[in-house]
Amino acid sequence: MNGKPRKPPLQFSYKLRRALGGRAGWGGFVLQLLFAAVLAWLAYEIVSNASENLKVQRITAGFGFLVNTAGFDVNQNLIPYSGSDTYTRVFLVGLINTLLVSAIGIFFATVVGFIVALGRLSPNWLLARIATGYVELVRNLPLLFQILFWYLAVLAALPGPRQSISLFGIFFLSNRGLIVPKPIGEPGFEPFALAGLIAIGVSVALWRYSRRQLFQHGRMIRVWPYVFGLLVGLPLASVLLFGVPVAFELPVLKGFNFAGGSRIIPEFVALTLALSTYTAAFIAEIVRAGILSVHKGQMEAGASLGLQRGPVLRLIVIPQALRVILPPLTNQYLNLTKNSSLAVAIGYPDLVSVFAGTTLSQTGQAIEIIGITMGVYLLISLVTSAIMSFYGWRLERGMGG
Amino acid sequence: MKRAYLVFTVAIVAGLSAHSATAQTLKTVKDRGMLSCGVSQGLPGFSSPDDKGNWTGLDVDVCRAIAATIFNDPTKVKFVPLSAKDRFTALQSGEIDVLSRNTTWTLSRDTTLGANFTGVTYYDGQGFIVKKSLKVNSALELNSASVCVQTGTTTEQNLADYFKGNNMKYEVIAFGTADEAVKAYESGRCDVFTTDVSGLYAERLKLASPADHVVLPEVISKEPLGPMVRHGDDQWFDLVKWVLFAMINAEELGITQKNVDEMAKSDKPELRRALGSDGNLGEQLGLTKDWVIRIVKTIGNYGEAFDRNVGAGSKLGIARGLNQLWTKGGIQYAPPIR
Repeated sequence: MNGKPRKPPLQFSYKLRRALGGRAGWGGFVLQLLFAAVLAWLAYEIVSNASENLKVQRITAGFGFLVNTAGFDVNQNLIPYSGSDTYTRVFLVGLINTLLVSAIGIFFATVVGFIVALGRLSPNWLLARIATGYVELVRNLPLLFQILFWYLAVLAALPGPRQSISLFGIFFLSNRGLIVPKPIGEPGFEPFALAGLIAIGVSVALWRYSRRQLFQHGRMIRVWPYVFGLLVGLPLASVLLFGVPVAFELPVLKGFNFAGGSRIIPEFVALTLALSTYTAAFIAEIVRAGILSVHKGQMEAGASLGLQRGPVLRLIVIPQALRVILPPLTNQYLNLTKNSSLAVAIGYPDLVSVFAGTTLSQTGQAIEIIGITMGVYLLISLVTSAIMSFYGWRLERGMGG
Repeated sequence: MKRAYLVFTVAIVAGLSAHSATAQTLKTVKDRGMLSCGVSQGLPGFSSPDDKGNWTGLDVDVCRAIAATIFNDPTKVKFVPLSAKDRFTALQSGEIDVLSRNTTWTLSRDTTLGANFTGVTYYDGQGFIVKKSLKVNSALELNSASVCVQTGTTTEQNLADYFKGNNMKYEVIAFGTADEAVKAYESGRCDVFTTDVSGLYAERLKLASPADHVVLPEVISKEPLGPMVRHGDDQWFDLVKWVLFAMINAEELGITQKNVDEMAKSDKPELRRALGSDGNLGEQLGLTKDWVIRIVKTIGNYGEAFDRNVGAGSKLGIARGLNQLWTKGGIQYAPPIR
């Protein structure tokens, strides 16, 4: 980029200083230092007074409970967990469940959101109306209602485990969830994974090389055949040399439920569906606004250079639209993550359910647990924002060339 | 939202209140002209609102009895419906004066929550309910079952202990409220719903066809349910404790809603003491001499309250069982009024 970038923070601090009535220089500095000191003293007083009072009332305080045995079970744990583990472990299980549903929800919300936005902008009358209808319907109904709808009206209508819908005798769909064969690592797994990683690494390098050739020397190199060959060939060679990487444990109906296999619980499916379709409606409007914000002349200029509609969108419109889209898109990601705490209504074991719910009522340490939970959501949100800002910064730099 | 507000209140109260402030709950209640009582969000027999918003149930009657002793008016109670996980925070924050919400007395709850149990209103135990069509006769046949529970109760831990102890596998789905858990059970998401046995009978009434469900015979835990008050106010603790004892003693002495006026004229010493003709026992509690009369006239004795709400005279039809008086083969026993 030519010239220095704008620095909005400077203007802000100037305004703040003016608002505080302080002047630039030492006077203002001392004033602010004093203000910070008073805040710190207040915080200290509140915390020490609180712990004193809790002690007087004989309410247990502190974080010692984190190493106590939890004694209850959770029905979705990506890390090994049993009732004899500690509350710290429960916290991790809940956190991972929250992150999982948020990450997958964000992915689907983004994909569906972009598709719906392009649908609304499409010249096809029917497609545009359907997309508009979707947005208006979904974003105007309360989210909790939609979660309960998916859970109680759609998924609960599935048959019981003994009458489950079977696909090829290895996938089973019932009101207990989707049961799939469980992959189990075989001796051939490590060479297979290594081969896959090498293939991906080399492909990325090739692709970057071709981009550089295109931008610097104007040479078009077709790398797709090589990439394809690498990605398929290397793992295949590993399978032939070292044997199959995984075997599958098939689910079998036994007693009330299926034994063996992996299970995707309906609570997870309902929550992901509700969160991603709901947020997608908002994302669609943000994306649409972003695309419309790019001047029509830009498209015409692209067309006059002889570019097709696809490359015009991909190379000219979307990068500029993204500058408008990114900040509100980040907000939607944060909303989705925070909304995932509605999970407790349908029994999905997220952080709020197992930690700020069960753990809280078993230990009774509301202040500590709510404090930790708020801190975690704050941290997740800040990290999400940071990633999005970094992406935006990369984008700016890329466009500056 | 409610919970965030409650926690905030606890934090503020704990953080800003002066050290060693002596709580005077009785005075606060009298000044307010109203008792604030934490109850469940709707458990027939124990605490549930009817279609006009009037609360009834055994737990509700304990609160009404307290109000009757203080104000001579059992309607001066504000009922605060609380979920299992919000109940203790509401008590700690001072939003309620007494928690009478089918709460199990355990050691850790007595020691870590800054609150005390005042007695046992109902001796309960945890059980299971299943659909009759599953043809299950014993909880030991529940291997690999899916179990719905309400989160924030002792139920989850008992469940884990029971299945682990019997070497059985299971899947637990924990819901925020009992209603949500029961709905999931009814929709077929779970094979089993588990809670205290009294709760199973109560929840069964809410099912579409109660006759299609059966409560299994096993009782897997001890669940003594009782009211709780905050630490640090012994006068209030004594008062709440003795209101329940008075109800149980009244039954033992044969004092009923109908005969209470005649009994007051009796010259039996124990009746004269209990009903305030002799001595000033009620005043020692910070109440009036006729405190027991006030309770029995409006609420009845323990047996009457039991029958009306959960026993033979109610829809639940639960047998007295352990909750029978000690003189009649049960374990309900109250220290004497003297």
